[in-house]
Amino acid sequence: MSLLQVTNLTKKFGKFTALDGVNLEVNSGEIFGFIGPNGAGKSTTIRVLLGILKATEGEVKIFGKDAWNDAVEIHKRVAYVPGDVNLWPNLTGGEVIDLFVKLRGGNNKSKREELIKKFDLDPTKKCRTYSKGNRQKVALIAAFSSDADLYILDEPTSGLDPLMEKIFQECVIEVKKEGKSVLLSSHILSEVEKLCDRVGIIREGRIIESGSLTELRHLTRTQMLVQTKEPVNLKELKGIHEIEETEQGLSFQVDTEELDNAIKHISQFGVLKLESSPPTLEDLFMRHYEGTEKAHDTGVGGGK
Amino acid sequence: MAKNLIAKTGHLTRFILRLDSIKIPLWLVGLTFFTLIVPPAFVGLFDSQQERDAMAETMANPAMTAMVGPGDLGNYTIGAMTAHQMLLMTAVVAGLMGILLVCRHTRADEEDGRVEMVRSLPVGRLAYLNATIITLVFASIALAAINAFGLYALGIESMDFEGSLLYGIALGATTLFFGGVAAVFAQLSDSSRGTTGYSIAILLVAYLFRAITDVSYEALSWISPLAWVTKAEVYSTNNWWPILLMIGASIVLFIIANYLNSIRDLESGFLPAKPGKRYASAFLQSPTGLALRLQRTGIISWAIGMYVLGASYGSVFGDLESFFEGNEMLGQMLNGDDDVSLVEQFIPMLMIVISLLATIPPIMAINKLRGEEKKGRLDHLLGRAVSRTHLMGSYLAISVVNGFVMLSLAAIGLWSAGAAVMEEGLQFGMIYGAAMAYYPAMLVMIGIVVFMIGFIPKATSFIWLYVLYSFFVLYLGGLFQFSEWIGKISPFGHVPQAPIEEFTWGPLIVLSALAIVLMIVGFIGFNKRDIESS
Repeated sequence: MSLLQVTNLTKKFGKFTALDGVNLEVNSGEIFGFIGPNGAGKSTTIRVLLGILKATEGEVKIFGKDAWNDAVEIHKRVAYVPGDVNLWPNLTGGEVIDLFVKLRGGNNKSKREELIKKFDLDPTKKCRTYSKGNRQKVALIAAFSSDADLYILDEPTSGLDPLMEKIFQECVIEVKKEGKSVLLSSHILSEVEKLCDRVGIIREGRIIESGSLTELRHLTRTQMLVQTKEPVNLKELKGIHEIEETEQGLSFQVDTEELDNAIKHISQFGVLKLESSPPTLEDLFMRHYEGTEKAHDTGVGGGK
Repeated sequence: MAKNLIAKTGHLTRFILRLDSIKIPLWLVGLTFFTLIVPPAFVGLFDSQQERDAMAETMANPAMTAMVGPGDLGNYTIGAMTAHQMLLMTAVVAGLMGILLVCRHTRADEEDGRVEMVRSLPVGRLAYLNATIITLVFASIALAAINAFGLYALGIESMDFEGSLLYGIALGATTLFFGGVAAVFAQLSDSSRGTTGYSIAILLVAYLFRAITDVSYEALSWISPLAWVTKAEVYSTNNWWPILLMIGASIVLFIIANYLNSIRDLESGFLPAKPGKRYASAFLQSPTGLALRLQRTGIISWAIGMYVLGASYGSVFGDLESFFEGNEMLGQMLNGDDDVSLVEQFIPMLMIVISLLATIPPIMAINKLRGEEKKGRLDHLLGRAVSRTHLMGSYLAISVVNGFVMLSLAAIGLWSAGAAVMEEGLQFGMIYGAAMAYYPAMLVMIGIVVFMIGFIPKATSFIWLYVLYSFFVLYLGGLFQFSEWIGKISPFGHVPQAPIEEFTWGPLIVLSALAIVLMIVGFIGFNKRDIESS
């Protein structure tokens, strides 16, 4: 059952088209990874989902309700963590958490304390003194102490250290176990790979690829390292890339659909050693951006 | 060893001077401007000694003494008048300049980690503090010199060179002293907010203590450094000792700051940082509660300010007759009419000033919504179960109530002080009614901001130009004899000027209706548009 459905969403800021016919679907009980470089339109999409921006065209439904018109009703069941957490400098973290939980409705005091302990946050400090990571912790604690049905998380770990990242992942897995859904926008591909059931890749305002990780893997290449008795000639084969002679042997990448042919071919030369690494999301991601200009910076994209 | 502590102070001083190469000159120009425009204006307004004596008589009341300090009222020359009415107030602002300058380059730079980077270079541990102090000294000397020579250059008879020099140095010494106070608090407190907060608190306490003791028991006022400024008796006896005392005290403060800095760790303080609240109070847990909490300090300060403003106007009511007697220029600003008393003629002009000043806090309150949007903090609320109408409604409610309270407090202040000094008393209803007549006009201004936030959010700050226009046209309109329509462009120009004009409901109802329409349209716009990202 689909919990969130975006159909043909277009968002324009004046003449600039930020989102161009985006289609997305998040099903009940799944974790959906939303990946793309800065300025691709991740945050813009999420802000439309939350009814903070108004769609120029297209339909956005959450829980079967319209994201713009029924925003308040929808938000009672949504927990959101923005990418850039700006807090009020003269309130304490504890005060902000309480305020956020209260504004969404519902209350879970024991969960709050547990999470504050887990994330190792001092709630008595003013937000002014918090680092980026600590501000993110405040938003995460507020989000996970509420009983939501859908969690919308916009690059929630960009300021967290690896230890806290792990705790964050535990929290996500826990809500998944409870049958909740998560929309996770991220830069950190290993995280998306570990957590997500399905991913959508956005680039320049369009979804260029979406599906389960297994579905997408056919688009990727496998990294191979072989040592053979006789020198191998790979030149005539299709789908072989980045051939390189190394001390350990011959290193190359092979398209997933040509894997069978490649192995058959190599086996004729007397294989001494064969190492392969599975296609990672990293490769998948990089392949989609090959040839395009490099992503500008590593911060969270606030681009319109 | 000692040399190592201050290594590269010279380099850092040049660096800080460059960082402040715009800010310090702006402060100096602003402060000097207000010092230099006043004496020529006094020459124009109070031509003869007789007029000046009338002014002296008006000033001879406790409220005025509390506000501007004692003056040489027996020999009220233009110079004595300037020193009496201007010097203390300007000195307070000069002190503020010193506080902000020092805080900016001590605790604020330290808090943001810039001092750490500087410390990692081959510079002395006390170099940055002393570079800041040297910058402060330069700024103080510049302030003193520009004002001293500027005042002398005006060529006014009663403003001799010695007096002008003392006037300038009094200002410079105040900057130095309160800069020194901030330098000490920068060591004691562990945040820049604390440093500025404590230093400004000292400035205010010094002012208030001086105000109370000047009125009650003048000898005690020696305790307040700000009283030393008035005790210099500039342009009358020219007493240098209090100012030398001030400079000496500043040096002591600098030494204390250096000592404290040398015995503490970077980024630590001596005053304990008290932990904040672990839980939000029930009050905070709503959009309205949050909005109110964010503006709390500002609202309270404005409320006190409005009451004091009203009271200080009211305190001159007792001597108003003698003040206006024979002063043609001021008389021109009032609508001459012999049937009503001078106080009643004076009230409409006061009300314009009061109501326009009282409009500033409610506009700030509603503008806060836009400010929060620009900082990207509305997303937190709108991303939860808070509707846009609820959110804007919270800010509007605060703004509307705020305006009502500000106007009321000013009116109550005016009445209470006025009734106390006038022999025949003052009718509360008349004063309060005259003030409240401006409330619908104030609502129109708030309505315009709501409308702009709804439709042209980027233009929201243009409201201040409109406030300024209203002030200029209506306050000075009488003096320049503007044609009537120029005043009618402002909503404040449509308010019946009770008690001299007959009070009519018509314009007030129209203004209120206009305000409501603007607000409704603004809500519709806010509900339809995108929220900006930070």
